[in-house]
Amino acid sequence: MKKLFSLFILLTISLTNINNAFSISPDVFIQSTVNRASLILSKDISKDDKMNQLKLIAKETVDIHGIGFYSLGAARKDLNENQKKTYSALFEKYFLKSFSSRLAEYTNPEIEVKNKEVLSKTYTIVSSVLISTAERPEVNINWRVYTKNPDNPLIRDLIIEGLSLARTQKEEFSSILSSNDNDINALFKVLEDFSKN
Amino acid sequence: MKIIKIFLIAIFFSSSALAGSDGEIKLSKKVEPAKDCFEKVNRASFALNQGLDKVIFKPVAKGYRSLPSPIKSGTSNALTNLSNLITIPNNVLQGEFKKAGINSGRLVVNTTLGILGIFDVADKMGFPEYEKEDYGQTFGKWGMGPGCYLVLPVLGPTTIRDTLGSFANVMGGDPYYSLSVNGNNEYLDGKLYAATKTISAIDFRAKNIETLDNLEKNSVDFYASVRSVYLQDRENKIKNIQRGSIEVIYKEDEGWEEIDDK
Repeated sequence: MKKLFSLFILLTISLTNINNAFSISPDVFIQSTVNRASLILSKDISKDDKMNQLKLIAKETVDIHGIGFYSLGAARKDLNENQKKTYSALFEKYFLKSFSSRLAEYTNPEIEVKNKEVLSKTYTIVSSVLISTAERPEVNINWRVYTKNPDNPLIRDLIIEGLSLARTQKEEFSSILSSNDNDINALFKVLEDFSKN
Repeated sequence: MKIIKIFLIAIFFSSSALAGSDGEIKLSKKVEPAKDCFEKVNRASFALNQGLDKVIFKPVAKGYRSLPSPIKSGTSNALTNLSNLITIPNNVLQGEFKKAGINSGRLVVNTTLGILGIFDVADKMGFPEYEKEDYGQTFGKWGMGPGCYLVLPVLGPTTIRDTLGSFANVMGGDPYYSLSVNGNNEYLDGKLYAATKTISAIDFRAKNIETLDNLEKNSVDFYASVRSVYLQDRENKIKNIQRGSIEVIYKEDEGWEEIDDK
């Protein structure tokens, strides 16, 4: 019985350690993510290939579902389950295209993580700078990292020089909805058209 | 005298805001949605500006970008130095006397040793980083809300408060305008003032060619994106949020908390 108890304790300790070993600090997470993206952008491959590889990184590291529902604002409360599913699928396509297309413009960007500030249990802001080149000045980029599951942190927003991309997107969607009598189908069509073109 | 009227109007609106008015102009710590009271007219004006940008401003900005680097940086430095003439009184009006002193020192050093501001000698001497201020920011700091969002033909995005701030410039708040247009002297005139403002706009456009192209390409409603970016930028400037610093804006946005609660 004593042996069994010791084995149980040992197993518990081991599992806790395994769990800790997989836990990743938000700043390390961001640095590793930007390093991976930077590697792709510096490759001598076509823009389409770069975009496809960036999309894979985004799927792993960005909370696309959360950003999608944040961007919808108050309108998310009025959706039924089917509409939510349709929206999630359309938003993911839209987001991945928009995200990868924005990044693919840069060639070999060098991003240096500076520090982090824990806002709450669920959010940490990681500060970084896009190092200046002859063509552009230094750019400050803050990352809102969702840390509800510390083993799997996810990016929820990029704040470039104080301008939040998620907030900009939310206001864009709100504008589309308000100019179409809050008809969600109008937003669906806009997202679909964007992804197709 | 005219500028006093502008300030009295601003103070009136500020007091209304502090009294908790629920009208167009109010003081709030929360992120308020943009009040686009004249959206149809604004969108028409925005379309006109986009046309003008395509045909005139962007090509001119691209041409300006092809100039040798020392010319571009010298021009940019001289324009920044000139903007001190508006920043310094606004530092004082916002109670930032130390910054007013630093910027006055910066103006004197760069205008003399830096040859009319072409060289940023003050920066090399270790003066702190320069932050522009204007009357719109001062009114905002005093508690005046932005009011309605406007898109002016040629001039671009603004708000009622920022337009009032621009009026303050031409009513005595900008010493460079006063000396050029009303100064009656042989060195400065209205044409030179207009030329300075035009070059300033071209310099801004040239610095933002890729950023605006990228924003347009990846927007599903470019008008709404520009409005959002403009209003966020003004909000940050009024709160004097340093470039890249972590500030209350992220903590105030309750939309994220609602997502987590669902």
